[in-house]
Amino acid sequence: MLRVKEIHKSFDDFRAVNGANLHVDKGTLVAVIGPNGAGKTTLFNLITGQLKPDKGEIVFNGKDISKFSPYRICRKGIARSFQIANIFPRLTVFRNIQVSVLSQQGKSTRLFRPARNLAVEETERILESVGLSDKAGNTAGSLAHGDQRTLEIAIALGNKPELLILDEPTAGMSPEETTATMELIKRLAESRGLTILFCEHDMKVVFSVAQSIMVMHQGHSIIQAKPDEVRKNQAVQDAYLGGAE
Amino acid sequence: MFKGIFSIKKSLPYVGIFVTLLILPPIIPRFYIYILAVIFVTALLAMSLNMVVGHGGLFQFHHGAFYGVGAYTVALILTKTSLPLWVGFIAGPFAAALAGLLIGIFCVRLTRLYFGMLQISLGSLLWALVFRWYSLTGGDDGIHGIPMPPFISSQNSAYYFILIVLVICLIVMYLILKSPFGVTLRAIRDNPERCEAIGINVRRHQLIGIVIATFFAGISGVLFVLLEGSVFPDLLFWVYSLEIFIMCLLGGWFTFAGPIIGAAIMVSLRTFVGIYTDYWTLVLGILLILLIFFLPEGVWGYIVEKFGSRAGEAVEEENK
Repeated sequence: MLRVKEIHKSFDDFRAVNGANLHVDKGTLVAVIGPNGAGKTTLFNLITGQLKPDKGEIVFNGKDISKFSPYRICRKGIARSFQIANIFPRLTVFRNIQVSVLSQQGKSTRLFRPARNLAVEETERILESVGLSDKAGNTAGSLAHGDQRTLEIAIALGNKPELLILDEPTAGMSPEETTATMELIKRLAESRGLTILFCEHDMKVVFSVAQSIMVMHQGHSIIQAKPDEVRKNQAVQDAYLGGAE
Repeated sequence: MFKGIFSIKKSLPYVGIFVTLLILPPIIPRFYIYILAVIFVTALLAMSLNMVVGHGGLFQFHHGAFYGVGAYTVALILTKTSLPLWVGFIAGPFAAALAGLLIGIFCVRLTRLYFGMLQISLGSLLWALVFRWYSLTGGDDGIHGIPMPPFISSQNSAYYFILIVLVICLIVMYLILKSPFGVTLRAIRDNPERCEAIGINVRRHQLIGIVIATFFAGISGVLFVLLEGSVFPDLLFWVYSLEIFIMCLLGGWFTFAGPIIGAAIMVSLRTFVGIYTDYWTLVLGILLILLIFFLPEGVWGYIVEKFGSRAGEAVEEENK
């Protein structure tokens, strides 16, 4: 479904991503791990178009999307969440998701119909599935951190993506919140038939959930394989697992 | 189609204000009728700016340019051609929107302050054009004595005409801000990066917003000509644009009706303080300082927050 081939990205002299490979098959949960500064977020930004690669190919459903702008990539069926809660703070929780649903339905530029009657059902369904229904009327900026992160995922769901990319969905969460969020992600993947690509710091989480793990180190991908093989791999242990963590 | 948007109960105070304004002319002195009409014209201008500033988050620093384009278009059509009045009235807003489109195409490529800087430059180009092109625009003299049929230019009928156009424009603006377009515009204001990531063509959306806002600015320009019967290059000068910007801040740029209040305050200050001293901007300056410290959301923003049902998404809660 998604194939990243030998991708490169430098900022001035710093090679943030230096020959990374990744493949995501339909219906799987794929994790990207690696120490801080390994280039995980940059890789995600390259896939979703926030950054343009210097070299390499990103193929999604048979099409090279590496030169597309973010909104076109999104319309192709890739939605993402961000590492820091990236929401619409002045809008209500309901509106946050509705904006995304309206965009997916191609209704964003409708001028003379009240928005309150549009895309309501779908928005409510998403609110329910992530458990934010009771906070629908709150201003998004006033939500607790954990809820903002959940809303972040909910906004991405509004786009009805084929592939959902989550950049550290549990960053800054307590262990309980982390477990709850991973449960939510697993449940969403099953009920909506989503393919999910995510990166994560918590090793326990990654090895329990992911079906395939890609390990990044200093901008390049060391290996992508099943969790067991990754755990046994010598290069991975040297680079990462054997280290401080 | 618009079911549920205008609730009768919530609209009542506004209908009350409208009716009061309708019956005022025979009651109060002519001078005040004129001032009210000036406030209406200015309010429409400030409202149009606020669509992109308050709701769109764009630093539209030179909105006056489009106001001027609207005014000059109608003035030129009425003085230099023999086209009928209504052609001028319709051409004004469209000319302003066209100018908005042309300038907007370049500006939306930039963000934040850079957007504003480029807009001041391009808008000032328009000003220079009007200022220098003596043979067409009369340069710094402007155009005076623009012929208007008395049935709309006598003072009371001009007042009524302007009031009714204002109300229609406000209703249309309100509907636009309530529509998916308006909601998305506010989402872009809050977080353009996120909007890109959910499949919104941010630049195009902002550009449409600018075209709509400049269209309304053009209407305001036409009303100005109707009221004053003259145009001059100061309409397009960037200092005036700054005044419009301040009106939005003064009234409350995250609310729907705030700019009307802002316009009323500015026009009143200029008129009534201006009688005593040329330095009325001094009073404005002090007012602005107080505002920043005590009412950062603007006068109307403060009222909505204090007495409105729920604060936050102010435009979602207000009703007109």
